[in-house]
Formats: sequence, C-alpha cells, structure tokens
Amino acid sequence: MNGRQKILYFLYLHRTGLAVTALSLTLLVYPLFQDNPYNLGLSNLIAIHAIVVLGLNLFVGYAGQISLGHAAFFGLGAYGSAIGCVTLGLPPWPTMLAVALLVALVALLIGVPALRLSGHYLAMATLGCNIVVHTVMLQWDEVTGGPSGFSGIPPLAFGSFAFDDEVSFHYLVWSFALISLLLCLNLVRSGVGRGLAALAGDETAAEALGVDTRRAKVKVFVLSAAMASLAGSLFAHCYGFVSPDSFGIFTSADMVIMVVIGGMGSVWGSLFGAGFITLLPEWMDVFEAYKDFVHGGILVLVLMFLPQGLITGLLEQIKIKVALRRRKDAAA
Amino acid sequence: MLQLEKISKRFGGLPALEDVSFHVPRGQVTALIGPNGAGKSTLINCISGVLQPTEGQVSFAGRQITGQPAHQIARFGIARTFQNLKLFPRLTVLDNVLTGMTCEGGRSMCMAMLRLPYLRHRERRLRLRAMEALDRFDLTEKANWPAEVLAYGDKKRVELARATVGNPQLILLDEPVAGLNAEETSAVGDQLRRLRLAGYTLLLVEHDMDLVMEIADKVVVLDSGRCIATGTPDEVRRNPLVLEAYLGRMDATA
Ligand SMILES: Nc1ncnc2c1ncn2[C@@H]1O[C@H](COP(=O)(O)OP(=O)(O)OP(=O)(O)O)[C@@H](O)[C@H]1O
Ligand SMILES: [Mg+2]
Repeated sequence: MNGRQKILYFLYLHRTGLAVTALSLTLLVYPLFQDNPYNLGLSNLIAIHAIVVLGLNLFVGYAGQISLGHAAFFGLGAYGSAIGCVTLGLPPWPTMLAVALLVALVALLIGVPALRLSGHYLAMATLGCNIVVHTVMLQWDEVTGGPSGFSGIPPLAFGSFAFDDEVSFHYLVWSFALISLLLCLNLVRSGVGRGLAALAGDETAAEALGVDTRRAKVKVFVLSAAMASLAGSLFAHCYGFVSPDSFGIFTSADMVIMVVIGGMGSVWGSLFGAGFITLLPEWMDVFEAYKDFVHGGILVLVLMFLPQGLITGLLEQIKIKVALRRRKDAAA
Repeated sequence: MLQLEKISKRFGGLPALEDVSFHVPRGQVTALIGPNGAGKSTLINCISGVLQPTEGQVSFAGRQITGQPAHQIARFGIARTFQNLKLFPRLTVLDNVLTGMTCEGGRSMCMAMLRLPYLRHRERRLRLRAMEALDRFDLTEKANWPAEVLAYGDKKRVELARATVGNPQLILLDEPVAGLNAEETSAVGDQLRRLRLAGYTLLLVEHDMDLVMEIADKVVVLDSGRCIATGTPDEVRRNPLVLEAYLGRMDATA
C-alpha cells in the first residue's frame, strides 16, 4: 500500500466517526455564521424531528414494522414535561427522564399486543392510539388546557444558565440529536443491529439464526417511543407552549414520510428526511395550504418507484448497477 | 445427538408426517431422502422450530426441544439452510454471513448502542471469521456485493457459509445442491466432506443420489410422510421397499 492508499483506507475505515465529527464541528460553528433567529429556529426544529425520525426509522427500517402513531409519543413527552414542570412543579431534567420512562412503559403495554399484528393492522392500531391520545389532549381541558394549548413551560437550565434563546437551543437540541445519531449508528453496526436487519429482511430466516423476533420488535418500538418522548420534552421546553395541533395523525404521517424520504434503515437518511420535510414548506409557500397533499403525493411516488425509500433506494440502485457490471466483467 | 420420536404433522387434517422416528448420530452425515412431497422440508421445519409438530418429540443433546421457539433452538446450536433460499437481499454478502453469528454478537441493545471497546473487539473477530468462511466458499471478491445480485450458485454457497460460520453442533441442510451445475455440485460436495471431517453433525436432505450415497453414513427414507427405511447407503440401496417406492419412481421421472 502506498501513502495515498493508506490514507484512503484510513478514511474508509473510520468513515462513520469522521462523518459524525465533521457534522458536529459544522453545527458547532453554525450559529457564528447564521444569526437569523428564524433560520436557527428552523434548524432546531430539524434537530427535534431528527430525534423522532431516527427512532422511527429503526422501527420501520430495521424492525421492518410500521407505526402511524409516533406523534402520540412525541405529544406525550411534550405534555408530560409541561404538566410535570408547571402543574406539579417538578424540576425539568428529572421530569424529562421520568416522562421518557413512562412513555416507554406505555409503548411496552401497547407494543406487546399490537406487535402480534403486522402490516395494515399494525398501522391501524398505532393510528388508533394516536387518535385516542390526541382526543384526550383536546378534551381533558383541566389538565391539558384543551384546544387552546398549554403555555408557560419554563426553559431547561443548568444552574443559572437557561436555554432560552435560539442559539442556546441550537446547542441543546443538536447535542441531543447528535447523541441519538451516534447511538443509532452504533446500534446498527453491532450484532444486535444485524439481527434487526435480518428481521426486516425475512422473519423466518432471522428466527432460524437466533433472533427473538417478537422481543426485538417490542424493544425497538419502546426505544423509538422513548426517543420520541425526549424530543417532545425538548419541543415543549424550547417553545414554552404546546397545543394538540402539533401531535395529530398528520404529524405522525409526516414522520413516516421523513423516514421514507431518508430511506428505510438509513440512519444518515433520517437526518436528511427530517431536514427535507421540515424545510419543504419554506421553499414552497404556495403549497402551504396543500401541504398534506404534497406530502401524500411524495409518499405515494417514492413508495411506488423506490419501496426502500428515496435516498437508500437510489443508493441501492447504484450499488446494484456497479455490482452487476463487476459481475459481468468477472464473467468476461 | 438428535432424536426424533413419533413426529406427526398435519396441515388442517392432511397428514404431511406420520410417526417419524429416527436418530441422528453425532459427528456423522445423515441423509434424508424421499420423493417430492414426502415431507422432508416439513420435518426440517419441525426440528428447527419453524413449524410445531402436531405430535411427537424432538430431543437434542439430551434436551427436549419440542415446542421451543425457533430462535431458542438456534441458540442450542442447530443451524439450517432453506430449500428456497432465504438470504437477506439488501445486505452485503459479508453481512449475510455475519448474521450467521447473531448468537455470538451480544443481545443487549444498550450495550450495542454504547459500542464499548469489548464489543468493538468482538465485532472485529467476528468479521475475520466471516471473511474466513467466505474464503472457504470462494466468495472473497464478492464480499461487498449486495446479496441479491449474486448468481444462484453463489447464493446457495452464501447460505451454506451463513449456516456453518457460527460453528453449530448440528446443521440441517435442505437440498444444498438443488439447481446447481455439475461443477458447483462437486464444489459443495467437497465442502460437505470437509465439514464432516471437521466433525460436524449434518442432516442432509438431498435428491442427488450420487452425492448422498457418497457422503452419507446413514440414510433415512421418507415416503408420503412415513419413514420407510433407515440404514447405511448400501442397505438402503438394496431395500426392496425403497426401490419400489422411491428409486423406481425417480427412474421413471429422471
Ligand atoms: N404450510 C403448508 N400447508 C399445507 N400443506 C403443506 C405445507 N407445507 C407443506 N405442505 C404439504 O406437505 C407435504 C410435504 O411437503 P414438503 O415440502 O415437506 O415435501 P418435501 O419432501 O420437502 O418435497 P420436495 O422434495 O419437493 O422439497 C406436501 O404434500 C405439501 O403440499
Ligand atoms: Mg422440500
């Protein structure tokens, strides 16, 4: 190996770590170049969505399941933190953690029976949960504030330093997003992750290789719910206000669309999908009123032509082309 | 090693297996033969836990395994291949083989997410072993190809590599050479002989009589779900029941 090859091999070997480092550094200096609070607010929203989508993508892309109810967990996290901190007067950080654990428990209780179902039935079951949660948020005025929402949620703070402006939010939410990214990347590169990939590929084969498929599905579901709950808590503390509108079934559908854009089972794609769908309304003001149609249209088109999702689907097509060409060369 | 006792399996009343009993001795190759639809794959599925037998018991290394879920049986050390290939088309060849060592990859999701140094080392070791397995099956250059672009013969070999890489105690092979050409068949035959020399226990379902007669220590013949003969290849070859029920029919169709 000559020097150049060595460097390339080193880059290849450490590609994941290097990519995460590069992204972290970019985000670290981002506020220095971008001081428009509106734009920072958008990138913060991307980070919050990314946390949900990373978890959901594990569930959809790795466990091979479908959930149309993740906005419910997102909303439970947000309302949990709001009620805990304001109504009960609990400290924010422990509340956030406790709420995530509670939501994980709820997901476990829902997941154990619901994950015996599959396909359309699972989609319906999770959708139903979302509707129930949304209705409770709307109707239970005394606790949730009803349709007008819940305001006055305090910002998160370390001692006297409060995360109460766009720049400090930026560092807060992106730290959470990067940690989630790193944990997900680690998971999919491990033996457990391969078991999950096997499960998404073929359940019978995965079982025969020693993967406890039922348990694995429930575990990933619970993990993704806990991540959604954490993102919800961040959302509540960042905006100081939550309302049921943010947690309806259309939000759930948007989350699934983010997964689909990024590609099933692609961790990096989740970031891209979250960014793309969050920014889409910014680029196309005209479509504001038809947002749901546009999203639905994207979903249908991608799933029709690239069932593995947009980015992964395209990458896979390229990989297959390359491999087929090499196969032909080898044969010749 | 593996003991089957009066295994019966009915699909909605239709019997696919009736009172099948035999023993797979440790360190030997046991071949399971029989005409199409005899119930061979069904029997493999009952052993590996993909299907539950309607009646009867399977014990493995002195332990009852009937009724256990498939993943548990895999963890006891029984690996298998499938008659209609079950590779993971989106994973690379290397990752496909790595999934064969799922049992050794660790189970804890939290540990996996933290990727502690011990897991990193383990991962590197598993990767080396998977590369060795690919080398044995002459697939090294294709390690990074997506499995779905492989030719049929290569896919069969990847599945064989995946089933053997975890050093299982018993390997159930459902027609490993079906659909392969003569050259590929002899290559797989060599691999099977090598496994046998290395002391593996194999239960081999196969239609290729030359291969079976050559490498099997013991042959079990199924016909319409019943076990009609067991013995050494020579005994079975001379058994009039087998000639009538099986070889005769094979000749007629071959
Ligand atoms: N899931 C199922 N439901 C109903 N009937 C089944 C099922 N699986 C197998 N059978 C029936 O059981 C019988 C045995 O099938 P099996 O696949 O075990 O045969 P085989 O010996 O493996 O044949 P081949 O040599 O063609 O692979 C067949 O008559 C088949 O139709
Ligand atoms: Mg069969």
